[in-house]
Amino acid sequence: MARRTNTWGNIDWITILIYVILVISGWFNIYSAVYHEEYSNIFDISQRYGKQMIWIGLSALLAFFILLVDSEFFVTFSYVLYGLFILLLILVLFVGKEVNGAKSWLMLGSFAIQPAEFAKLGTSLAVAKLISSYNFSFNNYRKIFALALLILLPVVLIILQNDTGSALVYIVFIIPLFREGMSGLILFFVFYAALLFILTLVVSPITIIVTVIVLALLGDLIIRKSWGDLLKVIAMIGFWGLVVWGYSVIFNDNNPDIYFLLVRSSVLTSIVLLVVSLIKRVPQAPLIVSMFLLSLAFTFTVDYAFNEILESHQQARINNLIGVESDPLGAGYNVNQSKIAIGSGGIDGKGFLQGTQTKYDFVPEQSTDFIFCTVGEEWGFIGTSTIVLAFLFLFIRLIILAERQRSVYSRVFGYSVASILFFHFAVNIGMTIGLAPVIGIPLPFFSYGGSSLWFFTILLFVFLKLDSSRLEQLH
Amino acid sequence: MDSYSKRKNIIILIFLLVGVVFILRLFSLQVLDTTYKKTATNNVLREVVDFPSRGLIYDRNGRLMVYNQAAYDLLAAPREIAGFDTTLLCSILDVDREQFEKSLSKAKNYSTYKPSIIVKQISPERYALLQEKMYKYPGFYVQPRTLRKYNYDNAAHVLGYVGEVGPSMIKEDSYYRQGDYIGSTGIERKYEQYLRGVKGKSYYMVDVHNRVKGSYDRGNMDVSPVKGSDLVISIDAELQQYGKQLLQNKIASIVAIEPESGEILSMVSTPGYKPSDMVGRKRIDSYPKLVGDSLLPLFNRAVRALYPPGSTFKMMNALIALQEEVITPRTRFMCNHGYHIGSFSMGCHHDREFRLDASIAQSCNAYYAHTFRRILESSKFSDVKEGYEKWREYVVSFGLSQTIAPEISDELPGFIPNSDYYQRRVFPYSRWRALPIISLSIGQGEIQTTPLQMANYTATLANKGHYFTPHLVKNIVGTNESVIEVKKFQTMIDSANIEEVCDGMEQVFSIEHLGTARASRVPGIRICGKTGTAENPHGEDHSTFIAFAPRENPKIAVAVYVEYGKWGSTFAAPIASLLIEKYLNDSIQGSRKHIEKSMMEANLLFPDKPNYFKIE
Repeated sequence: MARRTNTWGNIDWITILIYVILVISGWFNIYSAVYHEEYSNIFDISQRYGKQMIWIGLSALLAFFILLVDSEFFVTFSYVLYGLFILLLILVLFVGKEVNGAKSWLMLGSFAIQPAEFAKLGTSLAVAKLISSYNFSFNNYRKIFALALLILLPVVLIILQNDTGSALVYIVFIIPLFREGMSGLILFFVFYAALLFILTLVVSPITIIVTVIVLALLGDLIIRKSWGDLLKVIAMIGFWGLVVWGYSVIFNDNNPDIYFLLVRSSVLTSIVLLVVSLIKRVPQAPLIVSMFLLSLAFTFTVDYAFNEILESHQQARINNLIGVESDPLGAGYNVNQSKIAIGSGGIDGKGFLQGTQTKYDFVPEQSTDFIFCTVGEEWGFIGTSTIVLAFLFLFIRLIILAERQRSVYSRVFGYSVASILFFHFAVNIGMTIGLAPVIGIPLPFFSYGGSSLWFFTILLFVFLKLDSSRLEQLH
Repeated sequence: MDSYSKRKNIIILIFLLVGVVFILRLFSLQVLDTTYKKTATNNVLREVVDFPSRGLIYDRNGRLMVYNQAAYDLLAAPREIAGFDTTLLCSILDVDREQFEKSLSKAKNYSTYKPSIIVKQISPERYALLQEKMYKYPGFYVQPRTLRKYNYDNAAHVLGYVGEVGPSMIKEDSYYRQGDYIGSTGIERKYEQYLRGVKGKSYYMVDVHNRVKGSYDRGNMDVSPVKGSDLVISIDAELQQYGKQLLQNKIASIVAIEPESGEILSMVSTPGYKPSDMVGRKRIDSYPKLVGDSLLPLFNRAVRALYPPGSTFKMMNALIALQEEVITPRTRFMCNHGYHIGSFSMGCHHDREFRLDASIAQSCNAYYAHTFRRILESSKFSDVKEGYEKWREYVVSFGLSQTIAPEISDELPGFIPNSDYYQRRVFPYSRWRALPIISLSIGQGEIQTTPLQMANYTATLANKGHYFTPHLVKNIVGTNESVIEVKKFQTMIDSANIEEVCDGMEQVFSIEHLGTARASRVPGIRICGKTGTAENPHGEDHSTFIAFAPRENPKIAVAVYVEYGKWGSTFAAPIASLLIEKYLNDSIQGSRKHIEKSMMEANLLFPDKPNYFKIE
């Protein structure tokens, strides 16, 4: 028996407050990014800040209507909505408008929407529905297959639109899945492989080998819980290092560099450890050693594939993707200018409308994907850390809300919302400070654009609506 | 309820980890690393150099000789260039299309953002045309420069020219940047640090397309350019002009000095070049031509041509002899068509006995052979070598065998051999005697002097025994500084002895005394002079003449050299007399107009068709 509750009384006003703060600070930064002395009227709808004002107004309206809708509507029509958005994704393949090489925009009169954004909402609803369904478990392979299909279908369609960046977002569904009981190893391997892949291309080989060795030693320490054991391993690496060095100097008459020594001595150490641990049946040691060797093999493969197999223009594209700043005027130009903008902000920034990088268009896409540069340049470290903390607060708040749901459906949906927002946050800010590949995805609530603002608003408010009526739900 | 609820902590941890990494990274970018601030400033800051106008040059009477004209450099920032009509632009600017495209692609290779100079030194007329059409050429800019312009084209060697600074100078002096102008020769070079002024700088903010958005920091960092200091030089522009007219179609040079100050009143070397030929784009055409010219127009004969002084040197020997008291003004020597001793003979034109004054007036060689021997063989000295060394000491005290004008960087020192030279070449196995080097008595032989040195020698005679550092710059306007120190140099000769010699030099113009330059006398002016013939192994001898005037309180000392001019009396003497008359009287009297005319018309550049001025 469902108990009717007052939506306005139960809604989480804290989340709404953060939402409003983020949207308003976003608007001020868009105003600054496109500001010209000639057009300073904030309602000038020929300018982006004027338009964003309208998008914000419409978002408020949308949020209001969502809160009026019965929460059962979303639960009941999850698959229908999912299907609708999949249809839009297919439709956009035929009638979509191409922007920056991606055929991802659907024109409705003068409005343009990006179905890929809304498909994330549909997928979140459908995933929540499936996981909350009767007899779902990670051992039920038919359900798991259906789940994989639900997630991969939009991914394939979005990749077909040539919008790989948006497709990458779907990787975050492993977070709600993990929360619902998916093996932690999958989460670990996905993050580990992604980290190694980026590191291989971004940092020097010596950094990689040192990182991998340190990780292996840490693993050893965690599993064996013995400092003495750790010292033995380090000593063995040192011993092999001396052997390899001596061999090179005496027989090959050259003085090997540190990278050469580290690779060979650590591999030799691993082999010895592997043999010894197998003979002595040391528990879990072979796992760590194998992980270490596999990691090395993985980085070498990536490195080899990148340098030997790819053509130079493909290399440039990937370098651009991961933001290597070897050529400031070429592939890495955006990231470089973005770092200059943020770095030049200092502690307290240059002040509102005073950012020279911002005002004089040094950072491209500044009102959309690189909006965080404006924050960095004009508000300094105080501004950027405040924004980062505000987002973190929002994410944790959303997890707390998700955890207080009675229904699996709402919880899964809540985790999906938090994860999608987190992925956008991590990749978008990461790319502006050179820590993530340049993938053109917007910063939630900040970046200019109606389509993305509406999507994030709907996503958030559907969850807030579910949360406000959590006491009615039985699922 | 559900067994995985603890996993929320892992997820929160992942979120926090990313957040902490971001905050640490932001802290390092924004707080720890200050280089981004500089880079951001460099991004928007454009330093525009404001070139100062170069100092003007006035002559001694305040006539403006050198000033500046506006010129414009066309710059291009390749990134901003949109499609444009190359043909039209090239025709407006009057430049070769191929050359234009070459500079443009060079600029692209240098930088697509930074503007580079594409066309240099566009004239104000062309600039006016360009300005109307400038809106058609986005990405092109104009930068004003100044070029030298000349009111007188007669002092090119003195003034020198301004050119683009070379790579070695840029390395040496951080003031200069590629494309800057610098004085390359002459006064322009020597006084570069005064003439150039101080470059100003304006700072502008530009956007990513290099469009100027306004001044930086409200112009507080801007530095205004400081105009170069003006120079007043010692040259008399009108006298210089007159000298040049007299020397036209001759390989010749004139140096005139004001004895009482050492100021150089005129310094002409012909054939020369127009200073305007060395300005701006013209130089590209004219410089190779001038370098290739067999008459060496770039060669400043006044300070670099080395001639034996010839008979004009006779006063030197007379003065040394008087000073050493080996002769008196009344000592007489016989001339039997020359000086003959044993198998040695030195020719002359007379058959009579000479006293000092007449020997100068009629330029008797024999007299000086006797005199020279008396000096070197004087019983005061232990041997002839010591006599020669003493003789050389006297000669060098007149500023010979050394550079004397520190402002003139390409001046040659000339040559008065020291005793070692003769020891090696003439007396390696025998004892020193005067006879083998007797040519020195009449200014021939191994000695070499420049016209400047001979003018200075004349000024020394005019001053009765001393000279001042010859110099070209009277003062730098607005400062008390000077590049050189004007010093007084005292010779080893007493003024009374010089008076005796001057009697002879005045008789050079005397009909009564059959003076060698009597045809060039100037009624009303007491001139002291001396003809000379510098032996020339390559053809007709060079005509030389030195003179100062007036005899009392001299105002001008002049040396004239006319190559292939035969005798001193044919060209050098009349030209010197005309210069003196012009300088002292401002005009040439009617009775001497015909001399002026024939000097100006005389053409010695084509020795096949000599047009010699005949005396009587």
